[in-house]
Amino acid sequence: MSDATQDSVVITHDVGLHARPSVALTKLAKTFPSKIEIAATADGPWIDAKSIVKVMAMKAKQHSTLHIRAAGDGAAQAVAAIKQLVIDDFAGA
Amino acid sequence: MQRMQGQAASKGFFAGPACVVADHAATYAHSGNPAQEAQALRDAVFSATLELQDLLASVEGEAADVIAFQIAMLEDEELVAPCWDIIASGEPADAAWRMAMGSQIENYLSSDDEYFRARVTDLEDIKSRVLRCLAGGKQVKAAAGTVLVGHDVSPSQFLSHDWSKAGAIVVSGGSITSHVAMLARSRGIPMVVRAAPWVETDGVHMLVDAETGAVILNPDAAATAAFEQKASAFAARQRVSEAFRLRPTMRRDGTRIQLLVNIADPAEVDHIDINSCDGVGLMRSEFLFRDGAPLPDEEHQYRAYRKVLEWAGEKPVTIRTLDIGGDKPITGLTPEGESNPFLGLRGVRLTLARPDVFRVQLRALARAAAHGNLQVMLPMVTLPDEITQAAQLLDDAEKELSAEGIACHKPKLGIMAEVPAVAISPELFKAAAFFSIGSNDLTQYTLAVSRDDARVSALSDPAHPAVLRLITGLIQYGADNNISVSLCGDMASDPKHVETLVKLGLKTFSVAPSMIGENKQAIASL
Repeated sequence: MSDATQDSVVITHDVGLHARPSVALTKLAKTFPSKIEIAATADGPWIDAKSIVKVMAMKAKQHSTLHIRAAGDGAAQAVAAIKQLVIDDFAGA
Repeated sequence: MQRMQGQAASKGFFAGPACVVADHAATYAHSGNPAQEAQALRDAVFSATLELQDLLASVEGEAADVIAFQIAMLEDEELVAPCWDIIASGEPADAAWRMAMGSQIENYLSSDDEYFRARVTDLEDIKSRVLRCLAGGKQVKAAAGTVLVGHDVSPSQFLSHDWSKAGAIVVSGGSITSHVAMLARSRGIPMVVRAAPWVETDGVHMLVDAETGAVILNPDAAATAAFEQKASAFAARQRVSEAFRLRPTMRRDGTRIQLLVNIADPAEVDHIDINSCDGVGLMRSEFLFRDGAPLPDEEHQYRAYRKVLEWAGEKPVTIRTLDIGGDKPITGLTPEGESNPFLGLRGVRLTLARPDVFRVQLRALARAAAHGNLQVMLPMVTLPDEITQAAQLLDDAEKELSAEGIACHKPKLGIMAEVPAVAISPELFKAAAFFSIGSNDLTQYTLAVSRDDARVSALSDPAHPAVLRLITGLIQYGADNNISVSLCGDMASDPKHVETLVKLGLKTFSVAPSMIGENKQAIASL
């Protein structure tokens, strides 16, 4: 991806990336026009961060690392915002 | 007049007409045209989403999260995407939806993570809502003040129902640990699960006794009168015991008694006020091990134990190591074809025979012990050497964790006094840091009477003089040697036995959370 941004963050939420955190993450992702993807390892497989069906299917657990990348308009902001959401423990989700 | 018997999942009494919660989806008329089928499915998903959005506006808290999750799933094109190819291949919309949701559900079910598996209820809920919308069915709003009857009731059915005129739930399936059972308990809605023999008729008058799990259909006058008497006695008991719930547990002369609770599912503590009890006397870890599901890993167990310890704060929490076998089989762990499973490989006998499984649990417990006041309890101990062996394994687990740099703590190790050998010769078990009397098994083994055979249930009396003599001996031994002795069987939850136990000198009771008020009330009168 050209002008793509990539970063990673460790999930601290008690139950990992489950129902409520996944709702929060996909909702936030949808507010950005860029293509946003997440993965459990830096090599992928990369999945669409705007799809809760796919995000849930990752079954990302507590203490696992979440890789985030985005491309297109607002890519850098999108990655930063999603990273912050995870750091903030999904805003208490 | 007909009777059904089930398990009480949420206590209470209710009389009213049955309202069958239909399993919709049956009557979808196919068009035979793929383009029309695809459109029908799109419309149904849209209608289902609208219904949920309506529902979302009327709920809050945990319930709102459940509905928001379902909406997010339905709004995601990925959920319905696999249907388009299936429909293009000639299948009707309902079949395509069933297949697509079926494989989603399969994926969730196969997870080793309990939080993930628990979402299956939500997916089933989404699936049937769309199927009903597809069949053109309006949301069948059950009338208020009825008994919801069906194979099971979904969380969204429960949440969208009007409970303002009370009501009850009677299901042929379900489980006392299901999401809906928890919602029912927190709302105080009487609920009976696994009712049999199953009868389902709309409008039939039902008496629901969700204290014993007995349901009567088309009752005669005598049954109705008896029911009303029980219901009003229950209501009176509830009022009084509710007043006692948050008071300290003490006898009339001010002597304090320690009152602990028995739990299974860690989620139960969300509904118990820690100020109403002195801690947890028995957490049954078997709840984490489900027949047919993968064994829970260390992380999963650690999280479950830690949740309870954090809730309890500085108060003690006693977690019993895996107690399966007997009437609680788990395929792959418990032996097959035992001729007398209650006398076979169960409790600590089984976990010592399966060090691979035991080690994972002991590691999770040692890790959790760093978060509170944990005690670990071994079930079905018969010989002192069983404590020695378990203590060695616990020691190993703690050393391993420390070497790995993982925070942990070695908890105290005590035992259940449920095999008569322990009650007869407690002095042999000096290695035990505490005893907890399992009155159910102690009664069964002392009186040679099966716990689950109705024909001999009259013999099963924990107040039999022989059982009481054993209990007295244990209490005396504890007092003489300064070892804590508690009682965590059903006997401690039964107000009619409380007086006997207090007079025998028992200082610590562990009871079902719903019995806290009644138990305190009984103690206060002594």
